[in-house]
Amino acid sequence: MRLTCPLCGPRDVREFSYRGDAVLTDRPTTPEGFHDYVHIRENPAGPHDELWHHGAGCGGWLKVRRDTVTHEVLSVALAREARS
Amino acid sequence: MQFSAWEIIKQGLTGNKGWKPHWRDPEPKSAYDVIIIGGGGHGLATAFYLAKEHGITNVAVLEKGYIGGGNVGRNTTIVRANYGLPGNSEFYSHSLKLWEGMEQELNYNTMMSQRHVLNLCHSDGQRDAFTRRANTMLIQGDDAEVLSRRQVRDYAPFLNFDNERFPIRGGLLHRRGGTARHDAVAWGYARGADMRGVDIIQNCEVTGFRIEQGRIKGVETTRGFIGAGKVGMAVAGRTTQVGQMAGLRLPIESHVLQAFVTEGLKPIIPGVVTFGMGHFYLSQSDKGGLVFGGDLDFYNSYAARGNLPAVEHVMQAGMSMVPMIGKARVLRSWGGIMDMTMDGSPIIDRTPVEGLFLNGGWCYGGFKAVPGSGHVFAHLIATGNHHKASTKHLLNRFETGHVIDEETTGAQPNLH
Ligand SMILES: Cc1cc2nc3c(=O)[nH]c(=O)nc-3n(C[C@H](O)[C@H](O)[C@H](O)COP(=O)(O)OP(=O)(O)OC[C@H]3O[C@@H](n4cnc5c(N)ncnc54)[C@H](O)[C@@H]3O)c2cc1C
Ligand SMILES: [Zn+2]
Repeated sequence: MRLTCPLCGPRDVREFSYRGDAVLTDRPTTPEGFHDYVHIRENPAGPHDELWHHGAGCGGWLKVRRDTVTHEVLSVALAREARS
Repeated sequence: MQFSAWEIIKQGLTGNKGWKPHWRDPEPKSAYDVIIIGGGGHGLATAFYLAKEHGITNVAVLEKGYIGGGNVGRNTTIVRANYGLPGNSEFYSHSLKLWEGMEQELNYNTMMSQRHVLNLCHSDGQRDAFTRRANTMLIQGDDAEVLSRRQVRDYAPFLNFDNERFPIRGGLLHRRGGTARHDAVAWGYARGADMRGVDIIQNCEVTGFRIEQGRIKGVETTRGFIGAGKVGMAVAGRTTQVGQMAGLRLPIESHVLQAFVTEGLKPIIPGVVTFGMGHFYLSQSDKGGLVFGGDLDFYNSYAARGNLPAVEHVMQAGMSMVPMIGKARVLRSWGGIMDMTMDGSPIIDRTPVEGLFLNGGWCYGGFKAVPGSGHVFAHLIATGNHHKASTKHLLNRFETGHVIDEETTGAQPNLH
């Protein structure tokens, strides 16, 4: 599997570490939202938005859309830009 | 059919032509007292204990594929009771005791072999942690021995004791741990449940729930609607999807875990040896194949196959701990979908839907749990109360803060 980092180009998956569902960039503003934010996941069988860290490259956080059934990578963007 | 030495001799002398299928292949009835979704180890054991312990025999197990096609037939068969936290300690202890009586209870050769589990440690700190864990296991009533480096060398001289990064300083030996034949466990429980009247229905996928006024009425399946007074879910890697059909939102991510087996060799590995720091563990099957594996592939996945970086990592870790295995040829590798929870421990509980019960989140440790899980889940479904061996595997523990996080890695499923 390869991820095409917007800054570094196509790189082997071993250069990246996985953090989990991209909902982690939507930090809740009230205490009530925190249980969901920390624990509950959609966990889809199919396209999934997720966070990867390019630790052995540019050090950027990436938001990757990837199919969890086929492992096909559908899109990669810098997490900061994908948020706004 | 009861198995006995006499039966084996008789069949052997008559060309083994008289063996019959071990369970029936019934058409689903229009309704059951209890429906269990998922014909893996947990679903089958639950049905068995519902019938055996609680006399509830109007039960169906609905399996979308075939018996043994899920994780129960894909795991590396390690059975142990060496957990460290309240909640898990008493549960796995309970399960191991059931393993010890399983073959008699089922009249089935599940090849349960208490050939020991040895965990290696590499530093003073890790040795202290092992000593603490050993004491926890002893207090629970299970067995544990802390071995010195020298004792580990006597036990398993083939290990690499002087690895630069992880020299072996000792180990934790659990003699009642070991391995079993995974398929036979599924078949044994299926046969035992069937003999007591449970319908095992394969090729029957649950596609929805019928819920009226917050109460379960039955399930929609690829073979039509089937009514039920109570429904238990035991669908392992598919827990999120099946839960969603009932409106549940769960603290689970699905990940793939791989395993490997080599060609058959003469006996060389005494029991199960784990090299936790390198993410590697190894045993030898009764056929002689070296069975080994390591960590998850680390990202969410529903593919029952893995990626090459994880293969490379497992092989490297194996070579650094047991250099001699480099001479063996790997025959096969495969993957299974793990229902990883946010604290690495399972969920055995009621759900907000009345009459719907949840058994899931087994992560990569659910094989050893099969008898215990079936036993306590049947108790919960039959009586409405938690069995005393499983009072802490609650669905709302994430919300209340009563998580059972053995690895202390927090809400990050791929690190458990
Ligand atoms: C490579 C690997 C190694 C492992 N090693 C170990 C080990 O050494 N020790 C250990 O303790 N554990 C181990 N495990 C974990 C263990 O295998 C699992 O935790 C356990 O088997 C899960 O429970 P089960 O047997 O009920 O699951 P499964 O056998 O997966 O059963 C679930 C069943 O539900 C069915 N299902 C799903 N959705 C539906 C639906 N909608 N309708 C009907 N049926 C449905 C599936 O087809 C499946 O058959 C390992 C797992 C893997 C993959
Ligand atoms: Zn980069």
